[in-house]
Amino acid sequence: MKYIEQEIVLKKMNVRNLINSLFKGIFLMAVVITLLALLILLYRIGSQGYTHLSMDFLTNFASRFPAQAGIKAALVGSLWLMAIVAPTSLILGVGSAIYLEEYAKKNKITDFIRVNISNLAGVPSIVFGLLGLTIFVRALSLGTSILAAGFTMSLLILPVIIVASQEAIRSVPGELRDASYGMGATKWQTILKIILPAAIPGILTGAILALSRAIGETAPLIVIGVPIIIQFLPSGVMDTFTALPMQIYDWSSRPQQEFQAVAAAGIIVLMAVLLFMNSIAVLIRNKYHKRY
Amino acid sequence: MTMNSSAITSDTVMEKELGNSKSVYKTNQLNLWYGSNHALKNIDLDIRENEVTAIIGPSGCGKSTYIKTLNRMVELVPSVKTSGEILYRGRNIFEKSYGVEELRTRVGMVFQKPNPFPKSIYDNVAYGPRIHGIKNKKILDEIVEKSLRGAAIWDEVKDRLNENAYSVSGGQQQRICIARALAIEPDVILMDEPTSALDPISTLKIEELVQELKKDYSIIIVTHNMQQAARISDKTAFFLNGEVVEYDKTDTIFSNPSDKRTEDYISGRFG
Repeated sequence: MKYIEQEIVLKKMNVRNLINSLFKGIFLMAVVITLLALLILLYRIGSQGYTHLSMDFLTNFASRFPAQAGIKAALVGSLWLMAIVAPTSLILGVGSAIYLEEYAKKNKITDFIRVNISNLAGVPSIVFGLLGLTIFVRALSLGTSILAAGFTMSLLILPVIIVASQEAIRSVPGELRDASYGMGATKWQTILKIILPAAIPGILTGAILALSRAIGETAPLIVIGVPIIIQFLPSGVMDTFTALPMQIYDWSSRPQQEFQAVAAAGIIVLMAVLLFMNSIAVLIRNKYHKRY
Repeated sequence: MTMNSSAITSDTVMEKELGNSKSVYKTNQLNLWYGSNHALKNIDLDIRENEVTAIIGPSGCGKSTYIKTLNRMVELVPSVKTSGEILYRGRNIFEKSYGVEELRTRVGMVFQKPNPFPKSIYDNVAYGPRIHGIKNKKILDEIVEKSLRGAAIWDEVKDRLNENAYSVSGGQQQRICIARALAIEPDVILMDEPTSALDPISTLKIEELVQELKKDYSIIIVTHNMQQAARISDKTAFFLNGEVVEYDKTDTIFSNPSDKRTEDYISGRFG
């Protein structure tokens, strides 16, 4: 006797096909809604901000007259900030991930540490701002400097970088490690020549997401007392500064209607910086991306 | 260490049966635990120079564990404990002063699944010499060619040395891995089921290669495939539940085994 009868199978086929296409529709809709929201956002910002975009906007300092307001100080400040955040968070983050994955023994303590690093990634950014204010601004007397803000932002994004790097390192096939160790390579040689090159695409994906978050964060900067209006450029890491999101926040909260256009132009600049950073990461990733 | 009389007798018996070629690996009373799992029990094996020694046995019998103990790769598994000794060329590999890196430059390994690095064929083979400090391009070129020739794959890849090692077939990848092991100029080559992921033609090529390689190297090969052991090895050790049931000349094992369990296994009654 057969358990599966062709007739019944055929009868139910229509319903199965219907459900099949229904789910395809649902997922398609999800994509369309997401893209639509993004497009509307981009359109609104673009149409509001493009009138104000010009070379003058990039080279002028902030001003109380909307027509003269520029983003120079904030743009340069954000670049300075990234110059601190990127190396600090990458060195500490990738280093921690290598230690946790390749050196640390697997036991309860390291399990506890692993879980809590992931938890840290969910802590609100304002808490990191308070931490930065206490440690870097006050205890280490760095003041409201680029260095203090950079370290604070690094702390904020470290968990994300560590977790992403750990995942990337863990996904390097064990056979590659075996092959390297089997030839008498030391642990460091194996990490440097086999594991890191294979893990770099994953590490960079996480790092770029994290850095994008750092360049767009406002809350920690407000807490550590970063000013908004600055009429000079920083000349070193100990100088005070302002950053793009701070400037945009200020403009968008001003009552004059004209400043909304200035804020939109500022957002366009911020997005351009993000896009630029992303494309660098994609370039590096493609260079290292190899099949295995 | 004291030896009881039965151990001495079995040693002398072995001497007679195994011939008097030089010993490469002498394992004495090796025990190994994964946590509380007693994986290898009182292993005594004397592995000889310029021979192919096959290790056969059903899954989980400890044969892979044993071969990985010979270059101490087994220690990458956390919670491994060992007792007893393995003498490689007369020196105990578990000695504190014996660096694993040093041991592994003398003992190359080929794994079950072809595992080339995601690099070019050239860089794969040059990896070993490079980590051991050879930078001269001319010397590296020579080593790469010699190793690829040694692994009988030079003619197939000589025009594509800069291509990714994953662009060739699985069988060719495995021979590249053998070339990579040869490039560190080892004394012994350990092979852990090197053909289990390959098609019959690639398997045949590797088997022929093993025959060729034993002129210059001592080869220890773990295999699931009894016909393979019979075809290519000089000595065969039969492992069961972490013990060596029988170790003898391959002809003897397959034609006239002295233990009932060996006979059952090779005649396909279990495993």
